[in-house]
Amino acid sequence: MALSSCSLEMLNYLRLKSVEELFKDIPPKVRISGLNIPEGLSEIELRRELDAVMSKNVPASSMPCFLGGGIYNHHIPAAVRTITSRSEFITAYTPYQPEISQGMLQALFEYQSFMTELTGMDVVNSSMYDGSNALAEAILMSHRISAGKRFLISRAVSPEKKDVARVYARGADIELAEVMYHPETGLVDLNDLSAKVAGDVSGFYFETPNFFGPIETQIGEIRRILKDKVMVVGVNPMALALLKPPGELGADIVVGDAQVFGCPMNLGGPTIGLFCCKEEHVRKMPGRLIGMTTDAEGQQSFCMTLQTREQNIRRSKATSNICTNEALLAVSVAAYLALVGRNGLREIAATNVENMRSLSRRISTVKGFVSPKFRGPHFNEFVVSSELSSKEIHEGLLGRGIHGGLELDPQFPELENCALYATTEMHSESDHDRLLAALEEMA
Amino acid sequence: MRYHQALHEVPLIFEGCDRPKDEEPFDPTLGGYLPMDMVREDLGIPDLTERDVVKHFVNLSQMNFGVDNGMYPLGSCTMKYNPKICDEIVTWKTVADMHPLQDPSTIQGSLRLMYELERLLCEIAGMDAVSLQPAAGAQGEFTGVHIVRAFHEANGEVRKEVIVPDSAHGTNPASAAMVGYDVLELPSREGLVDTEALKAAVSKDTAAFMLTNPNTLGLFEKNVKEVAGIIHDSGSLLYYDGANLNAIMGKTSPGKMDFDIVHFNLHKTFATPHGGGGPGAGPVGVKGKLEEFLPVPRILEQNGQFSLDYDRPKSIGKVRAFFGNYAVLVRAYAFIRMNGGNGLTSISENAVLNSNYLKERLKDDFELPYGDLRKHEFVLSGRPLKAKGLRTIDFAKRLLDHGFHAPTIYFPLVVDEAIMIEPTESETKETLDRFADSCKAILKEDPELLRTAPHNTARRRLNEAKAARDMIFSWRDYLEKKEAPARQETGVTRA
Repeated sequence: MALSSCSLEMLNYLRLKSVEELFKDIPPKVRISGLNIPEGLSEIELRRELDAVMSKNVPASSMPCFLGGGIYNHHIPAAVRTITSRSEFITAYTPYQPEISQGMLQALFEYQSFMTELTGMDVVNSSMYDGSNALAEAILMSHRISAGKRFLISRAVSPEKKDVARVYARGADIELAEVMYHPETGLVDLNDLSAKVAGDVSGFYFETPNFFGPIETQIGEIRRILKDKVMVVGVNPMALALLKPPGELGADIVVGDAQVFGCPMNLGGPTIGLFCCKEEHVRKMPGRLIGMTTDAEGQQSFCMTLQTREQNIRRSKATSNICTNEALLAVSVAAYLALVGRNGLREIAATNVENMRSLSRRISTVKGFVSPKFRGPHFNEFVVSSELSSKEIHEGLLGRGIHGGLELDPQFPELENCALYATTEMHSESDHDRLLAALEEMA
Repeated sequence: MRYHQALHEVPLIFEGCDRPKDEEPFDPTLGGYLPMDMVREDLGIPDLTERDVVKHFVNLSQMNFGVDNGMYPLGSCTMKYNPKICDEIVTWKTVADMHPLQDPSTIQGSLRLMYELERLLCEIAGMDAVSLQPAAGAQGEFTGVHIVRAFHEANGEVRKEVIVPDSAHGTNPASAAMVGYDVLELPSREGLVDTEALKAAVSKDTAAFMLTNPNTLGLFEKNVKEVAGIIHDSGSLLYYDGANLNAIMGKTSPGKMDFDIVHFNLHKTFATPHGGGGPGAGPVGVKGKLEEFLPVPRILEQNGQFSLDYDRPKSIGKVRAFFGNYAVLVRAYAFIRMNGGNGLTSISENAVLNSNYLKERLKDDFELPYGDLRKHEFVLSGRPLKAKGLRTIDFAKRLLDHGFHAPTIYFPLVVDEAIMIEPTESETKETLDRFADSCKAILKEDPELLRTAPHNTARRRLNEAKAARDMIFSWRDYLEKKEAPARQETGVTRA
């Protein structure tokens, strides 16, 4: 290829005739001659081609969509994008030079601060990859806190998360065992938990609200049953606008996904893994931590701290291999919470509950449908059971331009003809009307 | 050259925001729906105006240095320019507004893009199959090492050790340990893998050798075929850390070098923005014999229709929920398509040319261990600074005053007072010259100016030891700390 005049000047400076000479240390037997990839596209061509490909997608905004299961469609105030579009944030990397990176560091410190307020926990790291990764790392951390070789996990957890947890547990030679949920309430089956908490168990993970939507009402009892075992609580952080923080209920570790605060669904990624713990465990914690300090002039400043836990210092003895995390999404979360504020957040959370109650009640009036399947308070998700197969309903709704809830029976055979429905502040009354009309038609 | 970073007085967002009194008390039970003993009493987050929130974060952003502000030669991180069209595409509703559990018939565009990205990455790396699921390079390593373990277990073997060179990224040994392996560290010889030491290290217990090529010193491991032979003869696998892929596109490939597994760092090589620490994406590629172990689901294509295949009994499982960091994948796909095969090759040529030019301009001012020719990055030793009572960190901090982000310092560990410089292909000769001129000028400056640097940034040098001592991780910690002396005086303690 042709070289620019600057490249030629640089080659001259290096006393080389061609760029090829810069690659003479690569032995001929491992050389390849270029890449079989089509010629590059201009911006116009790229936009045209990608638009054509993506037009085969049906976005959630083009059809009423009642999916949740870990990713939620919430309103994102326009100003969140204004803030996270600042290229000083986007195009920086990990703030290894804190003096020139105070903006990112303070924003991350504020993210940590918002999350300690919501969860009631002492320490929040500046992000894990996603909710599933946060859970997996919590299992490993429990094992560091309390040496048992077994870890208990509620059955009412998303299969995606359990799959990820299984891979991480296998690496650390930890055995995962499931604790049943109560068939009527969907909450942790305390008898099953008591029976399974044995000497070789390091801890227990359950969620509130759990995968099926119910809010866990027995956290005090669970804490008592676990005694000194590690209690890991999974949360939907938006529900914490209303609920008592798990930090006040004896949680040792709290995990979740903060995507609900100002991050697009993005087909599931990137999202942001929330990870919090008690201060006494901080040295066993994975991930980056931002701390407050001062500079040479005594000015309040921020920097990464307790890095001796991390791979760049401790290598094979590190608490985790994580390096790149989801920092930019932590800025989204902080910006979102600052924008909606205390009153706004409580209102949004309350709207979610109201929409869920209203939709669930309406579905329960359709012949052959039971909703919610589990009794007790829910946040914005609930299980619907019916006389029709969940597959039949799913296809019937899709044919009517509606994306119904997630079919549960493939993963939970005990929940025959059940599906998981989510509704948020994004659904209008008419979205609910359309779903109801379609269900009535099929019933 | 004059530079000064913006300085704004930006109090923490919680500061000065006394909790507003409710005009009408909020009922968190929502009319008795939630039990009283389960709801929170108060919510300690501030109520602000949109105007003030935007001002707060915009002013913070101005106290942050990104690639868009200037040269960011952070070695091993490939801080290249991020084309803006890629950021625009991911705001489309057809990209951002998609739920991962949607019926496959409604995400055909996304599946096609991911399927094609897998094929493009296979071509670049000389691999047969790719999974896009890992969320970052380290998670890619973790996935790759799990594949190593699954491969040996499928052969009925339990192998206990993974070998890494002493110049390896810290993530390599950390990832191997997380999959349950003991890690052996191999000493380098003249900056390269010592094949004799490797032969001595390899045994029936060796599961894999993790290597980056070019390595972290920017040197191409010329003996890579011999290394591969030693590893494969022992029945173990060769793992390629793709952090340095920007040096070799179109010139060689991990597959051609006989690597079995590779992870990519899309945020490095394929220009997706680093986001102040993330998100990234760390896809994993493998040779055909290992495809059955890749994470589920796999994307299948038949007559232009795409579907998801979970029926892979030998798969390691899942390492991340759903499809991985999809919005990052979309950006990387766009970058690859905009450059094409020739463009990618030319990226590597320019990255290597820039690196060697800059190295040549600076090597006599510092020390350059281990020969001359480098690939995309080079590591100088700041040892000569010691004569003036200075260290590499002082030089790095002073570079900030000249308007450059500092290189990676004190890594790799095999070089004393290491200064690891990766200019990338994005910078022009003029910028490289300005950088070299600044480095040279700094060496002639009053040592006191370096020792007390930086001077022109929003903050002067930080007391990092104090942060570790004080352990203030949140607004709440800060308040408690501030109140602590008063509490001590009055004898108030925490119940």
